[in-house]
Amino acid sequence: MTTPSLFTHATPGAPNPQPRHRLPNRAGLGLKPQHFAEILATSPDLGFFEIHAENYLVAGGPFHHYLRRIRDRYPLSIHGVGLSIGADEPLDTAHLDRLAALLDRYQPQSFSEHLAWSTHNSHFFNDLLPLPYDLPTLNRVCDHLDQTQDHLQRRILLENPATYIEFAASTLDEATFITEIVRRTGCGLLLDVNNAYVSAINHHRDPHGYIAALPLAAVGEIHLAGFAEDQDAAGAPLLIDTHGAPIAAAVWDLYAFTLERLGPTPTLIERDHNIPTLAVLLAEAQCAERWLGCAQQDRAEAVA
Amino acid sequence: MSDQRRFATALLDPDAPCPDGLIAWNHSDPARRFAVYRNNVIVSLIDALADAFPVAQQLVGEEFFRAMAGVFVRQAPPQSARLVEYGDGLPAFIAQFEPASTVPYLADVARLERLRVRAFHAADADPLTPEQIAQALADPERLPMLQVTCHPSLGVLSSRYAIVALWAAHQGLGDLASVNPALPEIALVIRVGLAVQVIALPPGGDVLIAGFAAGLPLGEAAGLAIAAHPDFDLTAHLALLLRCGALSSFSLPTEIPS
Repeated sequence: MTTPSLFTHATPGAPNPQPRHRLPNRAGLGLKPQHFAEILATSPDLGFFEIHAENYLVAGGPFHHYLRRIRDRYPLSIHGVGLSIGADEPLDTAHLDRLAALLDRYQPQSFSEHLAWSTHNSHFFNDLLPLPYDLPTLNRVCDHLDQTQDHLQRRILLENPATYIEFAASTLDEATFITEIVRRTGCGLLLDVNNAYVSAINHHRDPHGYIAALPLAAVGEIHLAGFAEDQDAAGAPLLIDTHGAPIAAAVWDLYAFTLERLGPTPTLIERDHNIPTLAVLLAEAQCAERWLGCAQQDRAEAVA
Repeated sequence: MSDQRRFATALLDPDAPCPDGLIAWNHSDPARRFAVYRNNVIVSLIDALADAFPVAQQLVGEEFFRAMAGVFVRQAPPQSARLVEYGDGLPAFIAQFEPASTVPYLADVARLERLRVRAFHAADADPLTPEQIAQALADPERLPMLQVTCHPSLGVLSSRYAIVALWAAHQGLGDLASVNPALPEIALVIRVGLAVQVIALPPGGDVLIAGFAAGLPLGEAAGLAIAAHPDFDLTAHLALLLRCGALSSFSLPTEIPS
């Protein structure tokens, strides 16, 4: 067993070693198999890559071949989509074991999961399903987060959801619910700004007020993505979190508002459908980096 | 019944009513909003199957495949968040899906595509080196006692149909019109380096590999293949398996002291 180190992949004397448990305050991209070879061939200037954990819970083959090589060059975020932390049944400990092995293998700077449920009665629904914000749900989610953080031996980031309906049973608003989870479990927050915007429009709330009410000191990563537009039964806008389009102008604005409060924060451009060329995604990442640069400058001026 | 159970049941059953207790800020009908979840679940799972069975989809067309996959998804949703495993049950489902009976080889092509996905993600292992092969062949007397381990990615499918030719024709390797689907073929599926290959095995190859998988020494496995196919050519089979890296180790049983 090696001595735990705050730094990883840092050559002694090398400048700016990456902290082991923090992504750099830069833009990152979701890692897609169609971009594996190009990334290795061109080593684009990028802060980090993020993978969906469940895609890499396989024994061997090209996914591990490429991820190992890309991990050697870039910080990594592992993002779970199947733990079902909000489920009203026990967590799948075999799944937790597999996640622990993946984290051990790749030593990512960050691991995150969702405030949602996706499994029931051994069926996996491949979607992030909504929760009522009441005390029994709060207790259950906190128990599951405690169990997850114990099992994985690390602090995890929890992502705020994009939702399409609300529950009559809810007694707390979402920001209060999340604030209480963070207070009780010590988990961090993955602030998905697109989800915040989508949910705010869908439930007729103020997205700025929602973000301002979150425990922003706990944010370890931001997600940005695109949505699709639909309508509810009364003709009101209903935004769908598709990860299939460029980031909307309103979401960029909300991102700038968020960075003003947070300062520079690791930011992922998420694209899981209609995946464009790597160059197109790198351009979106550069746009995020410009905002990050502004936030850095504001911070420096505030300190000066 | 728990709230999540009701929600889960309604996700998979298009005729089930919208679960109770769902509301919208403008008092609009929550069923329309719930339908977003129902659609996300069904469409994303159909997409996963379409990605995993591209040739099966080409054989019957996108519209037919997606309708068939939709029936399968509602009947047999995934049991694991590792979606790469989803679809193990699809070939058997296709085999008894009446509307697909006009394409009798569809189920076997789907089985072949499943073997390809498994091979793609199978554990890594080095194939035998030329030195290891030369060493094993150097002592012909002990050859029959050789224990053979196949590469973890190896899969074999014996079909009544020309699955290798049908599959290849859909990769632009050969002319579909010239394929006679009624000719039986044995497919060997193996990952060579990072790419999965599909290779036609001569008769008996499936018996030989099943013998290796059962732990039989080379002599016994070859004996079963010869019993099934009297003209079975062991040398040609071994050469093919070695050439494509399908074997990852040879070993001899440890000597029993006399």
